[in-house]
Amino acid sequence: MTPIESAERALRRSAVWILVGLLLLAGVYVRALVFTPAEVTQGLAQKIFYIHAPSAWVAFLAFGIVGVTSVVFLFLKDPRLDLFAASSAEVGMVFTTEVLITGPIWGKTVWGTWWTWDARLTLTLFLWFVMLAYLILRSAVQEPGQRARYSAVLGILGALLVPFIHVSVYLFRTLHPMPVVLRPGRPTLPGSMLVTLVASFLVFTWFFAALLSHRYAMARLADARAHAAAERDDA
Amino acid sequence: MTGQAGPVAVSAEPALAVRGVERSFGHVRALRGISFTLGVGDSLAVFGPNGAGKTTLLRVLAGLLRPQRGEVLLGGVPQSRADAAHRREVGLIAHYSLLYDGLTAAENLDFYGRLYGVPDRPAAVARALEAVRLSDRAGDLVGTFSRGMVQRMAIARALLHEPRIVLLDEPFSGLDQRAAAALRDLLMHLRAERRTMVLVTHNLDEGLELATHVAIQVGGRFAECGPVDGDLAAYRSRYADATAVRG
Amino acid sequence: MGDLLRATWAIAAKDVLLEFRSRTAFVSALVFTALVLAIFNFARDPTAVSAIDLAPGILWITFTFAAMLGLNRAFALERENRALDGLLLSPASRTAIYLGKVLANLVFVGSVEAIALPLFALFFNVPVLPVLGPLVLVIALATLGFVAVGTLMSSMAVNTRLAELMLPVLLLPFLVPPVTSAVQITSRLFAGRPFSEVTAWLRLLVAYDIIFVAACVLFFEFTIEE
Repeated sequence: MTPIESAERALRRSAVWILVGLLLLAGVYVRALVFTPAEVTQGLAQKIFYIHAPSAWVAFLAFGIVGVTSVVFLFLKDPRLDLFAASSAEVGMVFTTEVLITGPIWGKTVWGTWWTWDARLTLTLFLWFVMLAYLILRSAVQEPGQRARYSAVLGILGALLVPFIHVSVYLFRTLHPMPVVLRPGRPTLPGSMLVTLVASFLVFTWFFAALLSHRYAMARLADARAHAAAERDDA
Repeated sequence: MTGQAGPVAVSAEPALAVRGVERSFGHVRALRGISFTLGVGDSLAVFGPNGAGKTTLLRVLAGLLRPQRGEVLLGGVPQSRADAAHRREVGLIAHYSLLYDGLTAAENLDFYGRLYGVPDRPAAVARALEAVRLSDRAGDLVGTFSRGMVQRMAIARALLHEPRIVLLDEPFSGLDQRAAAALRDLLMHLRAERRTMVLVTHNLDEGLELATHVAIQVGGRFAECGPVDGDLAAYRSRYADATAVRG
Repeated sequence: MGDLLRATWAIAAKDVLLEFRSRTAFVSALVFTALVLAIFNFARDPTAVSAIDLAPGILWITFTFAAMLGLNRAFALERENRALDGLLLSPASRTAIYLGKVLANLVFVGSVEAIALPLFALFFNVPVLPVLGPLVLVIALATLGFVAVGTLMSSMAVNTRLAELMLPVLLLPFLVPPVTSAVQITSRLFAGRPFSEVTAWLRLLVAYDIIFVAACVLFFEFTIEE
């Protein structure tokens, strides 16, 4: 099988996984909205939690993948690793943006303020900035080898940065008293809510993996086509 | 540059050996398997059209680029295993000067002298400036120099650390008659000192005059490579053939 | 090791000499600093907010933005005549190139800070002298952190089209831990709080410096070798 054919097959396969993921998402939403009890103080708005929390998990997972793949790339120098890291960053960016949108929506509905410098939301905001920097850097470098090296270095440094930002924000909040705000934390959940939550984490992870495979297949296909075109020009 | 006899080969190893070197940039294959061997004192002239990968080849020989396949050996030792030591043996003369316009001629050479660990630096710098006839401009900023003077400074910089291998990338480009003649003299001088040279150019006449070996590079490969046999016309027609195929 | 130090020193000295001769970046950074400090004065209502509350934040914003004006110089100057190739051709290790550039940048940023600090004390009427020792320590630690990361980022940024814009985009997220720590410590120093209150921030700052200087030394060669 030529690289182009292999990439096209991966593309079709991952499209199927995405469809499955969409069905699973629909299933989880139905469960969350209809079959899960509403939280007593926040009411219906609390159900955003079933999108917000899993998205946050996926966002950090995506960036973790970028970090690890970048390290391996610098050792092995295989350009496919670079394509994989870039795909993870792009897909992860979508989920990170989602966290930053659902967070304020939830906040406004429940407490009347769009933004609080909540520890986790702040950390996600800076993750968003680092991912944005990664994507902007990639778009600013033309030569593929250089782009891959630069992205890998930024990806690794960014992954190292995340724990430091977490500690910074944590110290800021604990040593710097702020107005007490009801945090959208993980409350001790009664059984059925917990099941819905775990289900949505699993479904979101599946959906992320499907999107990542699809995006990676797209990248491989574009790369294989460019390679074939370059070889035709040579001949 | 000091006038003493050049380095004497202490081993039977060739001065420069290149084996199956390949290098790509993204999907562009700049070098597709280059191999050749040069003994001490040999000079290789590489001719080729633009885009043939000649500059890429020189950058690999200089250690600025790593080949993705194949290897480069200096004196029998692979480049990857002896980076810093190798770089001391190599000098590069290109059409960009690698100098700092904001420093004087003497300061530029002194800086490079430090990086290369040149012994007795002030004397070496003075000798280098004298060899390119720029001693009277030692205290002037390189930014004020003319193109010809910059080229002479670039030569002084490249040869300051007495490299055994000298690489030249289109050194004649942009030079007037006088400067070109001076450069030719210099290259003859380097040959007399038994330094190994690789000269990249698209000017057949100048290259053949100075070289012991010739290669024609087209599309990342050597279309031919061998000792010079003196027939300029034959080379011209073979070169035209090799480059015509590419259109 | 001796080679490394010698090459680092040679490169740093060369950079400092070049900057000292042209002075454009240094003067721009100073003018910028003075302007920013002056404008901040008009941007607040002195009856509503006391200088001491805002001062640490203003000081550090001024330091970091003035620093960013100068960080790109280090690699921009190697682009003329492709001088960077000259460095890469030489036996100098890539680590020496990085450390030399960091050192030169530290001299640049440190000089700007040395002039900005008295200006700041003057404009905002803040008691800097009683806490000068610890303050200088904090400034040194935070500056080391962001100059180390900034130097690496600029080695990439200068090779992109909008280098001046690329550097802040790459660098700003990395400034959060050191600048937050520095502002918090500075603010407590000015308020005369006991030292024990700042140990957590100080540990964060030191940890950041150690980890990121090591990481930048380790990964720099990938930004510069092809």
